[in-house]
Amino acid sequence: MTRDEIFSKVQAVLVDALAVDEEDVTPTATLTGDLGAESIDFLDIVFKIEQAFGIKIAQGELFPDGSAQSSFVKDGKVLPEGIARLRERLPHVDFSTFEKDPSVTKVGSLFTVDSIVTFVERKLAGK
Amino acid sequence: MRWMWIDRVVELVPGQKLVAIKHVSLAEEHLHDHFPASATHPPLPIMPASLIIEGMAQTAGILVGHAENFAEKVVLAKVSKAELNTEARPGDTLRYTAIIEKFDPMGASTKGTVELLSPMPGVAAATIGSIDLMFSHLDQNMSGLEFPEHNFVFSESFRTLLRGSGIVMPANTSSHE
Repeated sequence: MTRDEIFSKVQAVLVDALAVDEEDVTPTATLTGDLGAESIDFLDIVFKIEQAFGIKIAQGELFPDGSAQSSFVKDGKVLPEGIARLRERLPHVDFSTFEKDPSVTKVGSLFTVDSIVTFVERKLAGK
Repeated sequence: MRWMWIDRVVELVPGQKLVAIKHVSLAEEHLHDHFPASATHPPLPIMPASLIIEGMAQTAGILVGHAENFAEKVVLAKVSKAELNTEARPGDTLRYTAIIEKFDPMGASTKGTVELLSPMPGVAAATIGSIDLMFSHLDQNMSGLEFPEHNFVFSESFRTLLRGSGIVMPANTSSHE
């Protein structure tokens, strides 16, 4: 499956799960900021991605679970060791912009449509 | 029995499917407000669609709760889809069938169909809609918020309903009511 084909399927999943228009689901759109996803939507997206691609996604594999938070935050910023831990757990996420301003409030902006596409691409490649 | 929008569970396949029924009765107060008479129209008592969705949420919620032996606080988190194409009136019976589509430690998604059973002779049951829902296991929420220890979701009202339907809830899920 090509990256474009994966994107089309991910786009369809997000249109269905978040009740948004197809043209709004661009590669750089953020799930919470641009597409209005709330916490339960992340579970919905995991379920629908599993179904669309016939894959199994473990808890915390696509999006971080509660245990990814906590002690790696100081003064509202995610500490470098926290970013390192997140990067290790979430290799499909691009942290380059986040690293410049690692505010906790910006964590949501890490999860873009592209990050899901990359996740599925890696998963299908058996990584 | 406050806020119970199903009357009895009639079928349970643990972890898979639950069927419940709701009798719509003119004795229910809300039907007198939905809709009352106006200057131009006589009263029109019909079951509000929002309460049909609540009936499905209770049907599917019990199914999801039962799957983990009522250890989880199962809350309705999202109405993914709700379509109803016929009104339910006093004397009608609604039959809710919920199936678990996906289930994991954080929550579950369910698919449901709503059927209308008319009391009139010779009228077959008809599917009048579908309602798909998402449930969250409250203690597994992503933000790490803590909630009271006792299971306030499956309250005494639920216990009574389940007991009347021949389904046994474990004693350790008491609701402190």
